[in-house]
Amino acid sequence: MTILILVAVVLAIVPLVFILGEVLVRGAGVINLGFFIHLPGGPNDKSGGIGPAIAGSFIMVGIAGLFSIPIGIGAGIFFAEWSSSKISTVSGFMNDVLTGFPTMVLGLFVFIIIVLSTHEFSAVAGGFALSLIMIPIIARTTTESLKLVPTTLREASMALGVPRWKTILRIVISTGKTGLLTGIVLAIARATGETAPLLLTAAASTHYITSIVNQPTASLTVLIYNYGTSGFPVWEAQAWGAALVLILVMLGLNLLVKLTIGRNLTEARME
Amino acid sequence: MTKLSKRFIELPPAKVETINLRATYGKVQALKGINIKFPENQVTAVMGPSGCGKSTLIRCLNRIHELTPGAKVEGQVILDGLNIYDPKVDPVVIRKRIGMVFQKPNPFPTMSIYDNAVAGLKLNGLRDKKKLDELAEKSLRMAFLWDEVKGDLKKPGTALSGGQQQRLCIARALAVEPEIILMDEPCSALDPIATAKVEESIFQLKKEFTVIIVTHNLQQAARISDYTAFMYLGKLEEFGETTTVFEKPQSELTEKYITGKFG
Repeated sequence: MTILILVAVVLAIVPLVFILGEVLVRGAGVINLGFFIHLPGGPNDKSGGIGPAIAGSFIMVGIAGLFSIPIGIGAGIFFAEWSSSKISTVSGFMNDVLTGFPTMVLGLFVFIIIVLSTHEFSAVAGGFALSLIMIPIIARTTTESLKLVPTTLREASMALGVPRWKTILRIVISTGKTGLLTGIVLAIARATGETAPLLLTAAASTHYITSIVNQPTASLTVLIYNYGTSGFPVWEAQAWGAALVLILVMLGLNLLVKLTIGRNLTEARME
Repeated sequence: MTKLSKRFIELPPAKVETINLRATYGKVQALKGINIKFPENQVTAVMGPSGCGKSTLIRCLNRIHELTPGAKVEGQVILDGLNIYDPKVDPVVIRKRIGMVFQKPNPFPTMSIYDNAVAGLKLNGLRDKKKLDELAEKSLRMAFLWDEVKGDLKKPGTALSGGQQQRLCIARALAVEPEIILMDEPCSALDPIATAKVEESIFQLKKEFTVIIVTHNLQQAARISDYTAFMYLGKLEEFGETTTVFEKPQSELTEKYITGKFG
């Protein structure tokens, strides 16, 4: 029996290890300082870099965060603290549906309401599309973290004559803050790796952007898609390099989550 | 019909009283019309078998009962002539006058011992460091915890033992300077030594406060209370001076409970 379980574990991990290995081997050769900063070159230009793509991903995830963090946390608080209301049950369900929603459809939606009406691809459009992916994740993790805060702490605070909103802000959120931060970091990691919504909203670009509202914006994921399928060996190698950068960012974010939880384990271990 | 001890008319003035108090959890009627007067500056024990409504009763006194989804209260609770359930009354204000200590110690995990003690004050906007220090020491002394923690008040509140945490919660309730302290089986999660320390502090508290303590421990009620209320199935069965209720109970049910025939 144990053997079967071990076999299952190995089979589950093998694809991941294989991919990491491939990315490392194929991408490492391309990485140098210039790679991070330079503008992209032609299909045979080995000195080209992915600077604008890195900047673009960073900017669009940042814009997405500006929208999604306050809205996601606000919604998460509502679902946790007013969980008995009908509105909460219905909108909570809708939130959960959105969590796994086809990102291509979300991208199409933003394409129609922002890109077509402004006649521009833009970083804002891309960031907005990413925020639609991030909000449900942040809301759900916030709700679950706050629900873990024991009711007795809320009652203790209210019994001291502390009004409800202050109890939520100063006691409940403060006690559940590790979970909230975890949710945000995981949502950021997810958004960084999205491609479909950006194809339709930010498209691609070969230079650093000078405005977030009227220019196509490069991103790591779209670059990997474009270069990887181009057929030009130099570009394809650079796609692997970009993939390596992306994987390292995702691993870094996931490690950040693991380390912050580990550090706060004693605080998180509540009665 | 509530059986009252013969010396009922000699009760000290009531600090808080209930008039036809009824409470429900959804469809379940937990309190079926309670009329009781809690004497000022005395310790009143509320006893009864599990499910009799004793916890519900005190949770109605500081309007915590209504925080449970589906919970409802009818009737009146009069504090100094004012019905606290009057729609014009802000429950938040009431809860500053009536404090509560819960069954399981619940210090705020993100706060130090000092911050826990003065939490009620700080959260309500008090910034004066001197006043906060003063009240922290005063309330920790009244809870018989000061000597054990004065060396390191910055330690997290949860780093204390169970008994110490409960005394911290008592200090936290006292720091807001309420008039009444409600205690919901405060010692049931504590060992005998910690229990003794908590009882010691309760004994001193009645000089300044009115204490109402729910307990299922008959010996504890006999030890520390001046008055005892015995409840059964949501009704007040008997009320009177503790010595009288224990030695010469008027109701047969009370007698059966005290002699351990049920409960």
